[in-house]
Amino acid sequence: MADVLTAENADAARVGAAKRALRDARRRRSARSRTVTLLLALAGCGAFLAALCVGEYTVSVPEVLASLAGYGDDGTDFIVLGLRLPRALTGVLVGVAFGLSGAIFQRMLHNPLASPDIIGISFGASAAAVVAITVFGLGGAVVSGLAFGGALACAVGVYLLAWRRGVGGYRLVLVGVGVGALLSSTISYLLSRADIYAAQQAMVWLTGSLNGVGWPQALVPAAALAVLLPLTAALARPLRGLQFGDDSARGLGVLVEPSRFALVVVGVALTAVATAAAGPLAFVAFLADPIARRLTGGTALAPPALVGALVVLVADFTAQHLMGGVQFPAGVVTGAVGAPYLLWLMARSSRIGRSG
Amino acid sequence: MTTHHRLRVEDVHLGYDEREIVGGLSLEVPPSRITMIVGANACGKSTLLRGIARLLRPTAGAVYLDDRSIHQQSTRSVATVVGILPQAPSAPDGITVGDLVARGRYPHQGWFGRRTAEDEAAVAEAMLATGTVDLADRPVDELSGGQRQRAWIAMALAQRTDILLLDEPTTYLDVSHQVEVLDLLTDLNRRLGTTIVIVLHDLNLACRYADHLVAMKEGKVAAEGRPSEVVTEATVTEVFGMPSRIVADPVSGTPMVVPIGRHHGGAAAPSSGPVPVGAPEQR
Repeated sequence: MADVLTAENADAARVGAAKRALRDARRRRSARSRTVTLLLALAGCGAFLAALCVGEYTVSVPEVLASLAGYGDDGTDFIVLGLRLPRALTGVLVGVAFGLSGAIFQRMLHNPLASPDIIGISFGASAAAVVAITVFGLGGAVVSGLAFGGALACAVGVYLLAWRRGVGGYRLVLVGVGVGALLSSTISYLLSRADIYAAQQAMVWLTGSLNGVGWPQALVPAAALAVLLPLTAALARPLRGLQFGDDSARGLGVLVEPSRFALVVVGVALTAVATAAAGPLAFVAFLADPIARRLTGGTALAPPALVGALVVLVADFTAQHLMGGVQFPAGVVTGAVGAPYLLWLMARSSRIGRSG
Repeated sequence: MTTHHRLRVEDVHLGYDEREIVGGLSLEVPPSRITMIVGANACGKSTLLRGIARLLRPTAGAVYLDDRSIHQQSTRSVATVVGILPQAPSAPDGITVGDLVARGRYPHQGWFGRRTAEDEAAVAEAMLATGTVDLADRPVDELSGGQRQRAWIAMALAQRTDILLLDEPTTYLDVSHQVEVLDLLTDLNRRLGTTIVIVLHDLNLACRYADHLVAMKEGKVAAEGRPSEVVTEATVTEVFGMPSRIVADPVSGTPMVVPIGRHHGGAAAPSSGPVPVGAPEQR
């Protein structure tokens, strides 16, 4: 009897020690994740402020803050609130939307290549926009609306083509890449037939840009994200389960097909909204989550959203002010900002033994 | 985990697309026992396990968990009773062992995944039992094959289900790790009475560790029962299409299959009568 009791005590002690060790390990991980998230948010605020301060007329930080708080003079208010704020805000919204949609697709399909700009959804938006610009001579909000529709139509097409008693992750990527190639050659064809002015306009759209964004253009993504962000948060739980592959996810009790369908809908809507607002900013969706994952080591959804916003803000700032007096579209810079950073992170992490 | 859930397969047909792989198979999984499913490649043993685990919907027939079709029960409530370890599970990039094992608590957690004391205890016990506590901070993709398999088993254990289904849990492991994994599962069965169903390649290890052995051939049960009843030279020839001799495993006394092959048959031992099998039962 005494033996049994000692054995039980020893067992309880071992379990207690293991629990403590695991709790410590978890605290360390979540502390790192929290710190990184906080730093990303601070960097985002910094980039946001810089976007409001710097321009043809430099406005000081206190003046910007006064303007934001409602105590600015008319001239500053016009520049800060009227011109720069909608642009910076759109940058944040678009970055968040791209970052989240990339994270959703890449994690759900457990494939880093499965971001919406690779699997064809952005090409749907681009093709629609190029048709609108070069064939029908349209511009402005109509092009954005058509791009939105093009992204949705393309996503529905990819989903249906990939459907074979449910949508397997790998099939979706392959079909998406195929559809993307088809649309991309359509775009090239249209551009080669278009007159030079329309082609140039289409190229700017295809690169992605925040030039000329005002309040009307900022309100659309703001309203869309007000709906899509809570939905994304609600789907975070099934997404956590789906990251383990379909079999394990089913074993854990995830409703695989309905969850994946809901995630596809939200991910596509995020991409479509962002692309309609700013064009297909290259690589933001593709890079945001890998960068966030390597920085935090965790799977929360806030970090990729923040990385997306930061990349777009920095890219837009660079394209506006740091390219020798010429205003470039932000999409020229997004890939150039994000890709080397990701490569550096990967090179560094594989040196310490973690493969990608 | 005091009540033991029952798992029953009734006249089940399973397949992919038009190809039927399991045709009209019935099976009663003995509760609180270790059942091993063996058979030649492509005999449908993994397909059967996927069917039992509700990963594959039968085209006809049904799998019953406590007398209700498993496909008609909520997948989440099934997940609190039946845990599965698929053949080649994939972990998200960079996830640590601690996070992986904690994910086994998924079906028990609410929408926000808040941890309860029970979650912590289940994870700690699962990691202790599999010897993975020291690996908690390591990314799963850095582990060796044996460590990784133990991490995945820990995740399945953390789910604390009454029934555990494993598809080839010893693949890619060297022989010492194979024995380690099977010992671990036996501990679990003896300690908690967990019903365990394993698809296994290695016939001799299956004989040693199984309470109930199911030999499959061409999508049907060719023979089932205690290993000492099932594994005869005739069954092995029928199921694996291979002549063999059966001797008693010198360690466990369970039947041990010695394949003959084409090159060594002449040197076979003279004894051709029935071999005494199953006498000393040591574990």
